[in-house]
Amino acid sequence: MKKLIANREIDVNEEGYLIDFKQWDREVCECIAGECNVVMTEKHWEVIEYLQDKHRKEEPLSIRGIKRSGVINIKEFYNLFPGGPLKKSTLIAGIPKPKSCI
Amino acid sequence: MSTKVKKMLFILSKATIENAYAAFVMANGARMEGIESEIFFTFFGLEAIQKKKLEHLHVATVGNPAMHIPTMLGGLPGVEALATKMMKKEMEKLDMPPIGEFLEILSDSGCKLWACKLAVEMFHLEEKDFIDDLDGILTIGDFYNRADQEGTQILFI
Repeated sequence: MKKLIANREIDVNEEGYLIDFKQWDREVCECIAGECNVVMTEKHWEVIEYLQDKHRKEEPLSIRGIKRSGVINIKEFYNLFPGGPLKKSTLIAGIPKPKSCI
Repeated sequence: MSTKVKKMLFILSKATIENAYAAFVMANGARMEGIESEIFFTFFGLEAIQKKKLEHLHVATVGNPAMHIPTMLGGLPGVEALATKMMKKEMEKLDMPPIGEFLEILSDSGCKLWACKLAVEMFHLEEKDFIDDLDGILTIGDFYNRADQEGTQILFI
């Protein structure tokens, strides 16, 4: 389905995750972040880049991976993206929601 | 869409690997969905938070029909250790953290970890026997009081 994000029609799934990463840019990102009540800071961008890099390399995301990432620790991760950090951060990063149970 | 479950309280009373992981995966899964979670370790569940014991939990090979090992065989020396080793290997493949690391992840994620006062006294344990991330020692009444909001669920494992 289509959703109006940053005055553009973006293809998203029923949970709001972007279907085509090519439609993602910083403006779209900030708009989605705003909907999640997240105000993007330098640290947020760093995490988003890490997640997108993982996605590009087709490496699965998990909370354990975050712990080992060297980019952020788990406590900070929960603080930056409250209410389901991996779910929210991937939504903002424009990549699919992780399917892992851990 | 948001879930109606707001808080998950787990009581872990056993310390076989399969039970400990069931509690940990569910408690972590809750946090990952933005649901609060806490674990109350009681009786043998306390083994999962004792520094000296937590990395030595075993899978139960006796009295566990789903293992498909005849009970007599499951009781032979070494069988439980072998089954445990195999299970840990499979879990590592799925990137499941070992017990100690999982507890760290849970604590960092905001999952509260409690030891049961009665069981602690029964096994003559002290605070120093437990992991540093333990949030405290509670009575069951204290733990019930943690169920302080709508949408709280208590699960016994």
